[in-house]
Amino acid sequence: MSKRIDVSDLNIYYGDFLAVEGVSMAIEPRSVTAFIGPSGCGKSTFLRSLNRMHEVIPGARVEGKVVMDGQDLYGSDVDPVDVRRTVGMVFQRPNPFPTMSIAENVLAGARLNSKRMRKSEADDLVESSLQGANLWNEVKDRLDRPGAGLSGGQQQRLCIARAIAVKPDVLLMDEPCSALDPISTLAIEDLIQKLKSDYTIVIVTHNMQQASRVSDATAFFNIAGTGKPGKLIEMADTATIFSNPTQKATEDYVSGRFG
Amino acid sequence: MSQLTTSGSGLGLGHSRHLPTWAPYGVLVLAAAFSAAVLALAGFNLAGFLVLTAITFMIVLVVASRAVEGPRKATDRFVTSLVVGSFLLALVPLISVAWTVISRGAARLDVEFFTFSMRGIVGEGGGAAHALAGTLIITAITTLISVPIGILTAVYLVEYGRGSLARAITFLVDVMTGIPSIVAGLFALALFVLILGPSARLGIMGSVALCVLMIPVVVRSTEEILRLVPHELREASYALGVPKWRTVVKVVLRTSVAGIATGVTLAIARVIGETAPLLVTVGFTAAINYNPFDGRMATLPTFSWFSYAAPSLPVEASIDRAWTAALVLVILVMAFNLLARVVSRAFSPKTR
Ligand SMILES: Nc1ncnc2c1ncn2[C@@H]1O[C@H](COP(=O)(O)OP(=O)(O)OP(=O)(O)O)[C@@H](O)[C@H]1O
Ligand SMILES: [Mg+2]
Repeated sequence: MSKRIDVSDLNIYYGDFLAVEGVSMAIEPRSVTAFIGPSGCGKSTFLRSLNRMHEVIPGARVEGKVVMDGQDLYGSDVDPVDVRRTVGMVFQRPNPFPTMSIAENVLAGARLNSKRMRKSEADDLVESSLQGANLWNEVKDRLDRPGAGLSGGQQQRLCIARAIAVKPDVLLMDEPCSALDPISTLAIEDLIQKLKSDYTIVIVTHNMQQASRVSDATAFFNIAGTGKPGKLIEMADTATIFSNPTQKATEDYVSGRFG
Repeated sequence: MSQLTTSGSGLGLGHSRHLPTWAPYGVLVLAAAFSAAVLALAGFNLAGFLVLTAITFMIVLVVASRAVEGPRKATDRFVTSLVVGSFLLALVPLISVAWTVISRGAARLDVEFFTFSMRGIVGEGGGAAHALAGTLIITAITTLISVPIGILTAVYLVEYGRGSLARAITFLVDVMTGIPSIVAGLFALALFVLILGPSARLGIMGSVALCVLMIPVVVRSTEEILRLVPHELREASYALGVPKWRTVVKVVLRTSVAGIATGVTLAIARVIGETAPLLVTVGFTAAINYNPFDGRMATLPTFSWFSYAAPSLPVEASIDRAWTAALVLVILVMAFNLLARVVSRAFSPKTR
């Protein structure tokens, strides 16, 4: 069910400010694509434009094309709500719904949309999603407890479970491990490996080792200076980016030499 | 802890000396004794005693603390006593009002007060059933009208409003917050007089007047609460493919129910004791009237006011009724507050 995404000449604005300029790339299905680059170069901005979360911000807009399996996500007849059902997202900070229990959080996508569901069906969805997010064993005895009572790493996996419960085709993750300890980070990296057989996964990370561990392709973004737009410098197989990049800037960045 | 102080002396940790924990209480007793002694010479009065005790207490405690514990602790003690002192000061009028209302209102807090109106009653006895019914009916209608309008306005301002319309509404709400209640009453009076003629006095007119006062309070408090809902929760909902309106209803409003309930209660408390706008719009009557669309109604504040301002003989009976009406009003507000507590307890986000 995973899908291929082709981006061409994408410009992303916050009001008049051009935050990301001229990005073209192809994101392969059933693979993990990592975005790396210095802070402020527009990784999150670009990622959020892939499921039309960008336009939630007042004044924010996008020019260019994002084509998923032949359909332009920014076409005039496309409903952003449908796009977000197909392209799920996990945020940098875990954000479970504080009024909901663990089970309700997993079912949030269905419940908030008032989908009718039989009890057995709902239970199955909760279990399979939590299994999928490697969280089932830790929470199976307290599904009716508040989601906000879990640890940070568990909350993040709960958010992943919530995202996969709506059965998207693509999963976007914006620095999903940046608030987590090494053990939870490894758990999530394992999870990403497992999920990639079913989903197209895009992950933003500041951690080079993580990018090289989990991703198949890597895109390096950079920014010429403050106030300038971020740009895609280079995108290739992860192995190529880390061992043999064509651009000098990429080599400097991945080897830890800046400026 | 003791280990830290001994072994840590090399780091400068071991030298910190403390006043014993009972020190503030001891100083308080000393200060009280001292001021009592001073005032015994000059002639005793309670206010002077309390002020002198507070000042002596502060000076002695801060000086002692400075000598023993150093300037940082002394500042801490100074500010702590200032904060506690202000708190106690703020409690004084509250306790005084509560005490007066309870002690003077208790006399007539009996079954008759809640079951009888003043119809055909001369002299002692009688009750405020008509006023209680009027207050409950008028406040209920006010709440039914104001809460939806107020919450929807706040939702518009926080979630949808952009540009000049939103700014205009915010401005108008600000202006409405400052309207004197009598003006609201006259507004409702003028409105209904235009439609129904000069002798119109209806319960619903009072509700309309109170709505003018209540809506801005509801808008303001709801707006504050809605702005507290983290943006991440809205984004989490959008990212699951939930449309905006469902996000507003099921995430934003749901997360803030507790706060909204508190705000609504405060707004009810704000209007339930209003007297002036009700006097001009609803008038007053001695009999029970359950129909807000037909004729004058009594309310607790106007009942209390009339009983006090125009007492019937014997005067004491009238005045007792006035205080009891005030007490019932206070109890009503307390009951609403408790209800709001229960609601927010039930709906507020939990972590355990
Ligand atoms: N809501 C916003 N309004 C206006 N400008 C924004 C907004 N969010 C981000 N920007 C700007 O867009 C640019 C790109 O930001 P973005 O958050 O995409 O960077 P990033 O690569 O994700 O950085 P980081 O690694 O620190 O998360 C920055 O210059 C930032 O100031
Ligand atoms: Mg970012």
